[in-house]
Amino acid sequence: MAQLTVMEKLEILSDAAKYDASCASSNTTKRNALNGGIGSTTGSGICHSYAPDGRCISLLKILLTNYCSYDCVFCINRSSSNVRRARFSVEEVVDLTLNFYKRNYIEGLFLSSGIIRSPDYTMTELVRVAETLRTVHGFRGYIHLKLIPSANADLVAQAGLYADRVSINVELPSEVSLKRFAPEKRPREISAAMGGLRLRIEEGKAERAKSRRALAFSPAGQSTQMIVGADGASDAAILQRSAQLYGSFGLKRVYYSAFSPIPDASAQLPLSQPPLMREHRLYQADWLTRFYGFDVGEILDDGEGGMLDLAIDPKLAWALRHRARFPVDVNRADRETLLRVPGLGTKSVGKILETRRFRRLRLEDIGKLARSIATLRHFIVAEGWRPGAVLDSERLRQHLAPKPRQLALL
Amino acid sequence: MLVARLDHPADFAGWRRRARILAQAGIAPGLVDWRVGDEDGELFGGESVDDLAPVSGIELTVPRDFPELAQAVICHRDPERFDLLYRLLLRLQREPGLMHVMTDDDIHRANAMAKAARRDMHKMTAFVRFREIVSADGAEAFVAWFEPEHHIVERVSRFFVERFCAMRWSILTPLRCLHWDGKTMHVTDGASRADAPSDDAMEAYWRTYYANIFNPARLKIKAMTAEMPRKYWRNLPEADLIAPLIAGAGRRAEAMVANLPTLPPERHVRQAQRQREEVAEAPAASGSWAEAKAAARDCTRCGLCQHATQTVFGEGPLAAPVMFVGEQPGDQEDLAGKPFVGPAGRVFDRVMGEAGLDRSRAYVTNAVKHFKFEVRGKRRIHQKPNAGEISACRFWLGLERDFVRPKLIVALGATALHALIGHSGSLASMRERDLTLDDGTALVATVHPSYLLRLPDEAARLRETERFRADLERVGRLVPEMLAGMAA
Repeated sequence: MAQLTVMEKLEILSDAAKYDASCASSNTTKRNALNGGIGSTTGSGICHSYAPDGRCISLLKILLTNYCSYDCVFCINRSSSNVRRARFSVEEVVDLTLNFYKRNYIEGLFLSSGIIRSPDYTMTELVRVAETLRTVHGFRGYIHLKLIPSANADLVAQAGLYADRVSINVELPSEVSLKRFAPEKRPREISAAMGGLRLRIEEGKAERAKSRRALAFSPAGQSTQMIVGADGASDAAILQRSAQLYGSFGLKRVYYSAFSPIPDASAQLPLSQPPLMREHRLYQADWLTRFYGFDVGEILDDGEGGMLDLAIDPKLAWALRHRARFPVDVNRADRETLLRVPGLGTKSVGKILETRRFRRLRLEDIGKLARSIATLRHFIVAEGWRPGAVLDSERLRQHLAPKPRQLALL
Repeated sequence: MLVARLDHPADFAGWRRRARILAQAGIAPGLVDWRVGDEDGELFGGESVDDLAPVSGIELTVPRDFPELAQAVICHRDPERFDLLYRLLLRLQREPGLMHVMTDDDIHRANAMAKAARRDMHKMTAFVRFREIVSADGAEAFVAWFEPEHHIVERVSRFFVERFCAMRWSILTPLRCLHWDGKTMHVTDGASRADAPSDDAMEAYWRTYYANIFNPARLKIKAMTAEMPRKYWRNLPEADLIAPLIAGAGRRAEAMVANLPTLPPERHVRQAQRQREEVAEAPAASGSWAEAKAAARDCTRCGLCQHATQTVFGEGPLAAPVMFVGEQPGDQEDLAGKPFVGPAGRVFDRVMGEAGLDRSRAYVTNAVKHFKFEVRGKRRIHQKPNAGEISACRFWLGLERDFVRPKLIVALGATALHALIGHSGSLASMRERDLTLDDGTALVATVHPSYLLRLPDEAARLRETERFRADLERVGRLVPEMLAGMAA
């Protein structure tokens, strides 16, 4: 076989990495290169570009290799696929990362890999890349390492010392589907590894609280990803699983990835357009549980087969099912109640609470504090404003749901 | 009309100095004409602020967050920004809470301008693209061309210095240019695109990356343009790929769905064969403790396995004379995969030590091997296992008892007692008595150490801990091999 050039490898191994949704570069320790080395981190991360699939490009997201001994049905890199294969050397990844970084294309590296030879061998190679970047080149940028659940504990410990974030994908919402679609993956190993990571991350945090010089273990925490739409799991099942993952492992994020067709796909899969709107609604519901005080049970309390309404967002859907709780008086209601008003985000609520200490709020005032009052106004009472009988109207949902429209071409 | 002339468009220090003089002289906002550099003032010149005699003795105060807001607002392109800030400065003297009134027209406008300027700063940190140049001494040097919307260049310079401190670089813009030589910053006037290099060898790699990280099966163009507005595209080397990638996306996605499945490659077939052989050669189960532990990992005898992280099997020497049986793993045990390592485990270890017992000589396990909990936000609240779960897990406890065959078993709490005697029983009536199990093993029943943690009353906790220690001391008397310092 002819030697592949670095360009060809980059082509193959970035194509192979695109199904990992995460590209976050936020929430890590603050670093800079004023005392040597290269690179810095900012609190909120930076997206250096966006692809037409709407995803941000913050990191160089690549696989070390897409050779893989596992045969996970949903994966482009499964061993039974005829996709082109390549393997980077440790030095090639290090050089690409530094060259991209110096030109301000990226915040850092997100490195993952197919399983070659053994989990420990693969993990060792991943750790070598991070170690070379950090110790040889003084790289202070962001590193996200994908962990291999069954890798040796010492390797995981090293990975956590060099990486800002580590992650292990649960891949599918239930163990049953994981066994069906990813025969080599062991669900119990995955959850045990995530449990171990939580303990280490918290230990690292406790030590850093005592001494600033203590080494941080994966300071930006851990995240995971679930594929949506490859198996029959309902939104309720997915959100329950997320709640359990957040609660058990203190995850920073659960990423939902709409199952999308892949080249040379397996015949066992439901190939069709990826359910992008479903993915979007799941993220909205996820947000409601994490920042708006909703329980999963409340978001899906209408027994619609445990699926979120695709036409309207889950908060509006909840509000329409609980109209008796509205209208809410923006001049009196507490934070928890305001957060449940469709159209009010956490920032708008903060501004309302701050401003109303000095002024009674009118509807036009709310218009300045919120993004739009088109929906909002039906659910609130303000100085000189009452929504009237619309809130009780049967047609309110129809009125508020976006009109179907054709997709715009660029 | 008074003319206030600033050195450059984002000259915050100059604005502040002149605004202070004007405010102290009691000049109303409408009477000041703010100008930048040698920009023409009113036709007939007008008196300059700099000629005013400073009026001392009048204190000007502003809330702490006003200077920060003003520094962002002054970067905005809007020519009315100086006037707006001066008006706010005067109003703040009379209305100290004004900054909090976000519905006020002036505050609302200032906040919106600050937000726009900050967004432009953020986008500059994101969209500057350096190109390498050949420098005279052969050292690495980089130049970028960027077109900001507002007067933000100097405000963003710190970001680039912190990140690329050891590099030499210049960022050229039509407004101001930054030059960093590795030690000091030089700021010069605006440049033109032609002053920047037109290519960089790495851009071909970057474009390859951009084209391949894109998933043609999911087009979300609005999500892209919302965060990467078109006005930035002309200076992004990857941007001319966007149109062809979108145009080809539909065809590529359709092909993925339409293509017939292929036969797996030769390598996969060989590997699958090898794996089948390995499985066939694996030795048959011989019924050891280690195998029981391995099998328990995948236990689905009850529903608890669904949400628990892992099975927490017992631990300790198989020749242990005493087995301690707790209720179930808690939060920490569930994450670590080991029994009695959380808060209750620490109480257990402490009182064991006080009673003179050596934990390392005991086999420690739980009646139920999976953590039962309810998620509340970020916390997991312990729930008591029910009779069905206890009974399902007796299978594993029975195997552990068979492998260890201890002289004595200590039931820690009612659940453990239930699991050992096969039905629920009153812990109070069985405590401090010499009991035996069906197979003749001695049994000591006591409380679970977490019970001690839950007692709200300090006096009760001391009394109950004392009783717990007495129970453990009795274990030491019944089985002296357990005493620390005794030859095992």
